[in-house]
Amino acid sequence: MSINDFLAILPVLVVLVTGVLVMVADVFLPEGRKGIAALLSGLGLAAGLGAALAAVPSTGTAFAGMVVADGFSLFLDALFAAVGLVGIGLAYDYFKRMRLQRGEYYTLLLFSIGGMMLMGHANDLVMFFLALELLSIPLYILSGFFRARLASQEAALKYFLLGAFSSGFVLYGIAMVFGGTASINLEGIVAAVRDGSANLTFLLVGAALLVVGFAFKVSAVPFHAWTPDVYEGAPSPLTGFMSSATKAAGFAALIRLLLVVFPALGENLAPVVSGLAALTMIAGNLIALVQTNIKRLLAYSSIAHAGYLLIGLVAVNSSAAGDAVAAMLFYLVGYAIANLGAWSVVVAAEQAEGRGLELEDYSGLGRKYPWLGVAMLVFMLSFIGVPLTLGFWGKLYLFRVALESGLFGLAVIGIAASLVSAYYYLRVVVYMFFRDGEGVARRDVWLNLIAIGSAAAVVLMALVPGDLLQVAAQAVLRVP
Amino acid sequence: MNLSNNPLLWVTFLPLAGALLVALLPDARRSWIRWTAMAAALATFAASLWLLAGFDPSSGQMQMVIQVPWLRVAGISIDFALGVDGITLLMVLLTAFLVPLAMLSAWSGVRERVKGFMILFLLLETGLIGVFLALDLVLFYIFWEFTLVPMYFLIGLWGYSRRIYAALKFFIFTMFGSLLMLLAIIFMGLQAGTFNYTDLLAQRELFAGAQLWLFFAFALAFAIKVPMFPLHTWLPDAHVEAPTAGSVILAGIMLKMGAYGFLRYNLPLFPEATLRAAPWLAGLAVVGILYGAATAFAQKDAKRLVAYSSVSHLGFVMLGIFALTQQSVAGGVLQMVNHGLSTGALFLVVGMLYERRHTRDMAAYGGIWKVVPVLGALMLAVVLSSAALPGTNGFVGEFTILLGSFGAPALGTPWFAGLATVGVILAAVYLLHLYERLFLGPLTHEENRQMPDLNLREVLILVPILVMVFWIGLYPQPFLDLINPSVETLLQSVLPAAVAMH
Repeated sequence: MSINDFLAILPVLVVLVTGVLVMVADVFLPEGRKGIAALLSGLGLAAGLGAALAAVPSTGTAFAGMVVADGFSLFLDALFAAVGLVGIGLAYDYFKRMRLQRGEYYTLLLFSIGGMMLMGHANDLVMFFLALELLSIPLYILSGFFRARLASQEAALKYFLLGAFSSGFVLYGIAMVFGGTASINLEGIVAAVRDGSANLTFLLVGAALLVVGFAFKVSAVPFHAWTPDVYEGAPSPLTGFMSSATKAAGFAALIRLLLVVFPALGENLAPVVSGLAALTMIAGNLIALVQTNIKRLLAYSSIAHAGYLLIGLVAVNSSAAGDAVAAMLFYLVGYAIANLGAWSVVVAAEQAEGRGLELEDYSGLGRKYPWLGVAMLVFMLSFIGVPLTLGFWGKLYLFRVALESGLFGLAVIGIAASLVSAYYYLRVVVYMFFRDGEGVARRDVWLNLIAIGSAAAVVLMALVPGDLLQVAAQAVLRVP
Repeated sequence: MNLSNNPLLWVTFLPLAGALLVALLPDARRSWIRWTAMAAALATFAASLWLLAGFDPSSGQMQMVIQVPWLRVAGISIDFALGVDGITLLMVLLTAFLVPLAMLSAWSGVRERVKGFMILFLLLETGLIGVFLALDLVLFYIFWEFTLVPMYFLIGLWGYSRRIYAALKFFIFTMFGSLLMLLAIIFMGLQAGTFNYTDLLAQRELFAGAQLWLFFAFALAFAIKVPMFPLHTWLPDAHVEAPTAGSVILAGIMLKMGAYGFLRYNLPLFPEATLRAAPWLAGLAVVGILYGAATAFAQKDAKRLVAYSSVSHLGFVMLGIFALTQQSVAGGVLQMVNHGLSTGALFLVVGMLYERRHTRDMAAYGGIWKVVPVLGALMLAVVLSSAALPGTNGFVGEFTILLGSFGAPALGTPWFAGLATVGVILAAVYLLHLYERLFLGPLTHEENRQMPDLNLREVLILVPILVMVFWIGLYPQPFLDLINPSVETLLQSVLPAAVAMH
């Protein structure tokens, strides 16, 4: 173990150590000064972001091949740190307003982010499991953060039970893969497949179980049942963070795993993933049509977007694998920005006792707060995929990959699903702009900054998407 | 290449600059907002005249081409490419001409949220002009979809009672078509390695194998926009619920986006598929002509009548395009301009009546000729132009189309043109019926006695349009001179494929 081992996962370490520091510091912080915990966490995440952007970590494997640092993991480190920063911005004013300002929120958030980052670095099946648990357990607790609110407790319990269930799938899958290849290391698995010593049946069953386990995390249909309830019951700032970051972490794991096993099992697994993609796009969008609660609407929207992303995952099986990964990363970034922005509007509009979350409550909001309204409009258009938003380029890139890999059917389903989605996203706009109402929103500097900053990013980056595309394209995986 | 000297950039982005400027003005200063927006629209019109002055009408090729690499999506470059030929030029002129007039029509009608209205209107103008000028398929798609958003808000925020339904229907119908087109665009880009229109045209055999599918995907998007029967059902709702200025732009220009798309993309990129589909689309066009006319006749709502008349008139344009002769296509292009002027004017007049009486029900009027003679006289001219009376623009356009499509080899039979001719008669019937119900006969409603006649502003809106109506009607040659070389170039790239097929 050398210094290089630690350098390889420097951003993860920075975030986790900050988490511990915040936990300790919190004990000494008087009630009412908990903002310092938020500040400390923000600084830690900024440092982690800086470390990832400056590419300080050395590339290559570390800790005896258990973790890896490459363009892919660095890209994700930066993404998670940035999403985490926004997540803190969402939470600060909210919990103060709800009289729930506590330091442990930030500690747990940091641990979860550390787990997500580790997921991008994992190069070993046990590491995947460790990262999965590290990111999940804090989220179970945070979902129930409103201890007095029944919905919040229900969310935590539901998330925990189904999450534990999915962890079981992952563990069982790991055991199967180990049984089939006598290795838990990705390089070892690849080598076993190459020299023909692997038992492909065990490998296939194991890979399928792993896909199921992580499909829970990205809330792909039919493993999505927890999503709407948890998203609705959990505190809104957490949901905003969760829906952006957990999805990216789940996809990080899926991409790396499938890239490894696809050469051997592509024929068997691709139809499964295609089916998941089609089901997720169709069901997610259709059920979203009838939602009247904004949190549930955004929950189904997040399911639907997982469906589009799964198209890219199928294409990882083809010759366009590099483009597929780049397209997915690009899409994840575009989705994360728009999604965090949308949740900042939700947080701003939420009143005490969980009121102000129905679409009805958004009536007239856009006229009363034009900036917030225009920002929400931009996010909704980006979700639909209307040009001059990041969402448009994301879909263009994904569908391009789909067509290049010959996935015409999935592309057409994706198109049809986008059309359906236009209806429910525009409904939000209809309420905000076309109806009169008494909606009120919180004017908090951080929330406004997030909303307007995200909207500006969605539009401005869409004018010059070349750079982000370039970065995403360079962040392709180092295939073992 | 010095871009700042290129009128294409100015004409495309002046409205956008105007919109940004308007956004900076304080909400309460309504007249500042109105005049700034008007100045931007007039400056755009001036830029479009500058474009006309620099245009060489003897060539049918793309001129003043701007081509700047914008970005690369995984190895395929997307250009910022603009260019103009005779057809494009007329569409841009029409847009720049109608927008200030439509804006003027909203001068008193739109009292609330003036700032938002003007910003959206100018954004819409940039989108529309961009659609016509774009020479890169992704860029075209971006402008194409972008026009949806301002129009959605114009209908949804300033429209009438069923505005929310109409706005949503408009958005989703149009998006339905364009998403398939997006897939087709990506597919072509992958096959040819470029999204640039000129390059794609040069290498069209690379995707010739899939051209029936590609033709279908593009045609669906454009046919919804035109709209062709039976994809027209969004149109009456959108037109009726939109505010007057919105209806003018919707009918006058946005519908032309569809016809223009057929001309620019379907015909030259997929020539064989075009020839195969021509009789079918011409058939739909004829059905549209007759169906639109019959439905228009049955309407009680004046604005709805005008909306259905659009379905009928655009049928002529589509018939001209898919008859694929020099004459018929040129007539089709001219008729696109004519429809923009005449139907735009019809919507304006109906809007003026609505502002006076707050109803569009024809039964609420009747015999008002004596009360508002100026309005009556101007409306008569507009109606006759729309009904294609000789001496007006409509006659020149429809006559050329019918003449060109009678012996069209692509259609193979004169029946299409023959049936379409019935549409000309029907147009006279429903339009004169409209005029009669509104203006002639005894004055049936006492409250109409106090109706004020047109004020100077309203006369100023209609007179420029009528000048154009009679100019094209009496001396269309300058317009045909602009159209003909471009149509010739266009057909030259389509018809060799016909020879190869037969």
